[in-house]
Amino acid sequence: MELGQQFLQQMVNGISLGSIYALIALGYTMIYGIIKLINFAHGDIYMVGAYIGFFAITQAGLGIVPALLVSLVTTGLLGMLVEKLAYKPLRHAPRLSVLITAIGVSFFLEYTSMYFVSPTPRTFPQVMDNVAVNIGGLVINGQQMLILGITFVLMVILTYIVKFTNTGKAMRAASFDVETAQLMGINSDRIISITFCIGSALAAVAGVLVGIYYNSIDPLMGIMPGLKAFVAAVLGGIGILPGAVVGGIILGVVEALVSGFISSTFRDAAAFAILILVLLVRPTGIFGKNTKEKV
Amino acid sequence: MPANEKKIMLKLDDVHVYYGAIHAIKGISLEVRQGEIVTLIGANGAGKSTTLRTISGLLKPKQGKIAFEGQDIAGVAAHEIVKHGIAQVPEGRRIFAEMTVMENLELGAFIRSDKEGIKQDLKMVFQRFPRLEERKEQQAGTLSGGEQQMLAMGRALMCRPRLLLLDEPSMGLAPLLIREIFEIIKDINKTGTTVLLVEQNANMALSIANRAYVLETGRITLSGEAKELAASEEVRKAYLGG
Repeated sequence: MELGQQFLQQMVNGISLGSIYALIALGYTMIYGIIKLINFAHGDIYMVGAYIGFFAITQAGLGIVPALLVSLVTTGLLGMLVEKLAYKPLRHAPRLSVLITAIGVSFFLEYTSMYFVSPTPRTFPQVMDNVAVNIGGLVINGQQMLILGITFVLMVILTYIVKFTNTGKAMRAASFDVETAQLMGINSDRIISITFCIGSALAAVAGVLVGIYYNSIDPLMGIMPGLKAFVAAVLGGIGILPGAVVGGIILGVVEALVSGFISSTFRDAAAFAILILVLLVRPTGIFGKNTKEKV
Repeated sequence: MPANEKKIMLKLDDVHVYYGAIHAIKGISLEVRQGEIVTLIGANGAGKSTTLRTISGLLKPKQGKIAFEGQDIAGVAAHEIVKHGIAQVPEGRRIFAEMTVMENLELGAFIRSDKEGIKQDLKMVFQRFPRLEERKEQQAGTLSGGEQQMLAMGRALMCRPRLLLLDEPSMGLAPLLIREIFEIIKDINKTGTTVLLVEQNANMALSIANRAYVLETGRITLSGEAKELAASEEVRKAYLGG
């Protein structure tokens, strides 16, 4: 394969992987936007989503779309439950206490899952035929098309919700200024709960898609993608939705290029090098602004 | 009708508020009657904003009663207080800078679902503040200070409040703009909205208010007709620059 073509091929792979990072990063960034918490349990929510999808397909015999829906709804509810039990009682506590709690929730989800589903990796069932489109030597396989298609649809729905619905406006208002949002009659507890629900649902979809893409899931699968999605969110500017998407895709592409042209051993190093670079050069991320107050 | 014959709308009775260990409000009692403009004046840190924030539910009183139209609202959550008909224009305006002017106004009507009524009130707000209509698609953060104050007031009016709480509407504005804002407050009051106004600019506040309370380190030290207070030696010395 010539160099140019190999480059394009890695771009396709990178964008697919990046879409998954983007789905997880969206939840990170939404939750950060509203309660200023780096939810370190978010990667584990993604893992639970993958398992729910797995059991929906293998035990209930569902097809891919119904399985995605089941995982999306159940995991969304789980996200709300986690928020209610673990974070809500700490609403007025120092931010560090909430952060430590998030790490605790992360371990809790990982090891409870291990207890119930065993630590052994599971082989994700083959849910679609091995189709692939070949455009002048550039191969896009069925899984990649599925990932890109579903990510695109979810982004459109999310944009619609955030931009045009009352709930979305309330979410934006609350993430800008919780107190003033309350003065408008917005129930911030409810909005926080909905934010966890949507963020967790997106992560669940990412989990199922990764299962389909890599064929294998395990209870610790959320750690690395969770950290990577955090990098993506910071890269794009934490708290900013389009930033999470752009950050996720850039990260995916960089990883694919590094694996393709240098060595896949350096893939993770590249991701974290980006984090260090962003924090050194532009800590507010690509879309972040330095907030100034008008007097 | 003399002021003291009008119906009492808001009544605070021996209200105490703490910020952590700090006893910020030490037993305030005051009342606002229907149709009045009442002002709460006092130096920086006297507890004026704290009092407003307690009425609107952002802070919970440790002790004391707050009654609005006969109903006890002490300790009710802020997002529920709005539904009783109390809107607050917070100190520093606190507009949603990253949203459009229109979205800000829509959020003001968040608790309402009567589309027709909202449309009417939007028209009313645009009539009162024509500059907001010109800029309705603009990001609120790009407005000037005076326009932001107008937006904050328009946003509060969008829930059709019976009682409007205004926290330092003159803050950071040029004298000419301050006069304009106070004219608008008078006008809002004339169309039937009762106003409780917190101000450091005591001169302006006393000039439009019916009655006034003077707050000093968490306690009310003086109260009475605005005109009388404006003329009193004590107030002149302390708050009106001699």
